[in-house]
Amino acid sequence: MSDSRNFVLGVFDDEDVLLSAVRKVRGAGVKIDEVYSPFPVHGLDDELGYKRSRLPIAAFMFGILGTSLALTMQYWMLGVDWPMIIGGKDFTPLPDFIPVTFELTVLLAAFGMVGTFLVSSDLKPWKDPKMLDLRITDDKHIMAIDLGKNKSMDAQTINGVLKDSGAVEVNDKEVED
Amino acid sequence: MQVTSSVRTPLITGGKTVHDVTEDICRQVEGKPSKSWLLGMGMALTAFGIGFIAVAATLWEGIGMWGLNKTVGWAWDITNFVWWVGIGHAGTLISAVLLLFRQKWRMAINRAAEAMTIFAVICAAMFPVLHMGRPWLGAYWALPLPNTFGSLWVNFNSPLLWDVFAISTYFSVSLVFWYLGLVPDFATIRDRATGIRKKIYGALSLGWDGAARTWSRYESVSLILAGLATPLVLSVHTIVSFDFATSVIPGWHTTIFPPYFVAGAIFSGFAMVLTLMLVTRRLFKLEDYITIEHISLMNIVITVTGSIVGIAYITEFFVAWYSGVPAEQYAFFNRMQGPYWWAYWSMMTCNVISPQLFWSKRIRTSISATFIISIIVNIGMWFERFVIIVTSLHRDYLPSSWSMFYPTVYDMGVYLFTFGLFFTAFLLFAKFFPVVNMAEIKSIVKSSSEKQTA
Repeated sequence: MSDSRNFVLGVFDDEDVLLSAVRKVRGAGVKIDEVYSPFPVHGLDDELGYKRSRLPIAAFMFGILGTSLALTMQYWMLGVDWPMIIGGKDFTPLPDFIPVTFELTVLLAAFGMVGTFLVSSDLKPWKDPKMLDLRITDDKHIMAIDLGKNKSMDAQTINGVLKDSGAVEVNDKEVED
Repeated sequence: MQVTSSVRTPLITGGKTVHDVTEDICRQVEGKPSKSWLLGMGMALTAFGIGFIAVAATLWEGIGMWGLNKTVGWAWDITNFVWWVGIGHAGTLISAVLLLFRQKWRMAINRAAEAMTIFAVICAAMFPVLHMGRPWLGAYWALPLPNTFGSLWVNFNSPLLWDVFAISTYFSVSLVFWYLGLVPDFATIRDRATGIRKKIYGALSLGWDGAARTWSRYESVSLILAGLATPLVLSVHTIVSFDFATSVIPGWHTTIFPPYFVAGAIFSGFAMVLTLMLVTRRLFKLEDYITIEHISLMNIVITVTGSIVGIAYITEFFVAWYSGVPAEQYAFFNRMQGPYWWAYWSMMTCNVISPQLFWSKRIRTSISATFIISIIVNIGMWFERFVIIVTSLHRDYLPSSWSMFYPTVYDMGVYLFTFGLFFTAFLLFAKFFPVVNMAEIKSIVKSSSEKQTA
C-alpha cells in the first residue's frame, strides 16, 4: 500500500437515514471502512456487521479475580498468618469478609474492564485521532469508504451510491498514513 | 431506533438541533468566566481559606481542638462525614440506576451530579482522615498492611475497615464512570479549539474519534459499569450504617439502618443536585435542557425517598416500644424530649413534612419552592445524623458520665473548609468541563426534542 489512503466520505445529518444508508451501501457491494458519529447510534454496529463486544466477559473475569484475591487475602491474613480472636468469633468468619470481597470484586471488574476497553480501542492521552472531518464530534455522521479497499469500483460509482442513500454531502479526503 | 410515546413531555425544549447542543454547552467552556462565576469562586475560596486555618490547627494541635469529650467521642466530624457521603450518592444513582431503568431524563443532569458525587466523597473522606489525629500514619494504617510493618494485620471484622474499602472503591469507580462519559465531550471541545486548549483537551479526550466500533464497545462498557455501580451505591451507605448498627449503643443497634440510610442518602443527594442544578441552569442558560419536567421528576424522587425516611423514623419508635428493652425505649424517648429535642424536631420538620409539599403540582414545578425545600432537606439530613450520633452517645450507660456536646470554632471551621473545597471544585468543573453530557443529549434530540413530539 502507498503512503496515503484515499477516502470517500459520505456526510449524514440524521441517524435514521444513516442506518438505512449503511444497509444500502453495503447492499451495493461497497466496503465501509468505518462510520464516525458524534453520539452512539443504536443498531449501527449490527448494520455494519460488527461482532458483539467481548468486554462483558473481560469484566466477569476481572470480577472473579477480585473475589478470589479478596477472599485469599482475608483468609491468609486473619486465618493463617496471624490469627486473632475478635469478639469470640471464628478466626475466619465468612460473613464478615463479604463486604470487602464485594468491594474488591466491583473494583477489579470496573478497572479491568475499562482498562481493557482503553487498550482495545487504542485510547490514550496525546494520541492524534486524525479526524477525517471535524464535524464528527459536533453534529455530522461520516461514512468513510477506503478507495484502496474497493478496487472493483471507481470513485464516481461510490459517490452515486452515497448520494442515493441520503448523504447530504460527499467529500474526498486523502490521509497520510 | 428510539421510539418515544407522543404523550411524553419533551426532554429538550426550544426546538434544538444537534449543533445547537454543541454550541450551548461549549459556550460556557470557551467563554471568559462570568462575573457571577468569579463572585462564587471568591466566596468558595474565602470559605476554603478560613476553614484551612481550622484544619491546620487540628493537624498541628490534634483533635483536642474539637469539642469532643469522653462521652461524646463522635460528633460533628462523623455527622459531616455521613452527610457528605450521603450527598455523594445521587450522582452515581442518577447515572447508573436510571441508566438501567432507561430513564432518559437523567441525561441532562448526570454529568453535574456525578461531579458533585466525586467532590462530596472527597469532602466526606476528610473527616475520618482528620479524626485519625495523625493522618500521615493513619493513611497507611487503614490499608491491609502488617500493622506498623510488624505482623499484625488490619481487622477485617470491623465495619470501619469495610468503610475504607467501600468508600475508596466507590470513589474510584465513580471517577472512572464520570471520566469515561467526559471523553467524547472533551473530543468535541478539542475539535473546536486551537493552540494550548486543543493540546489540553486533546490529551483529556484520549484520541477519541467517534468510530462506530469504539461507540459500540463504549456502550457496553457503560452498561456494565452501571450494572456494577448500582449495587456499589447501595453497598456504600449500607456499610456506613454498619459503623453504627453493629455497635451496642441504644439508638444505633438497629437492623433497619441499611435501607434507612440508603434512602436518606438518595434523599439528600437529590436535594443537593437540585440546589446546584437550579443555580447552574440559571447562570449557564440551560433552561432548554434542564426543564421543569426534570425538576418535577427529581422532586418526585425526593418525595418517595423522604417518605421512606419518614416511615423509618416511625418504625424505629415502634420497634423501640415493641422490643420492651428499657434502654432502647429511653434512647428514643430522650431524642424527642431530652436536651436535644430541638435537633430531633428540626429533623422531623425538614425531612418528613417538607418533602410532602411536593404532592402539590404547583410546588413541584415551582423553581423557587424547589430551591428552598432542597436546602431545607439537606439541613434536615444533617440534623438526622446529628440526632443519631450525638443524642445516642450523650446519655452514657452510667448517669455519672452523661454529658452534652458543644462544638468549638474548629469544629465549625473544618466543616466550612469542606464547603469551600466542594464549591471550589464544583465551580472549576462547571467552568472548564462540559456540565451537560453532550453526546447523550444529542442521541435524544431527534426522539425527545420539543418539535418532534409537538
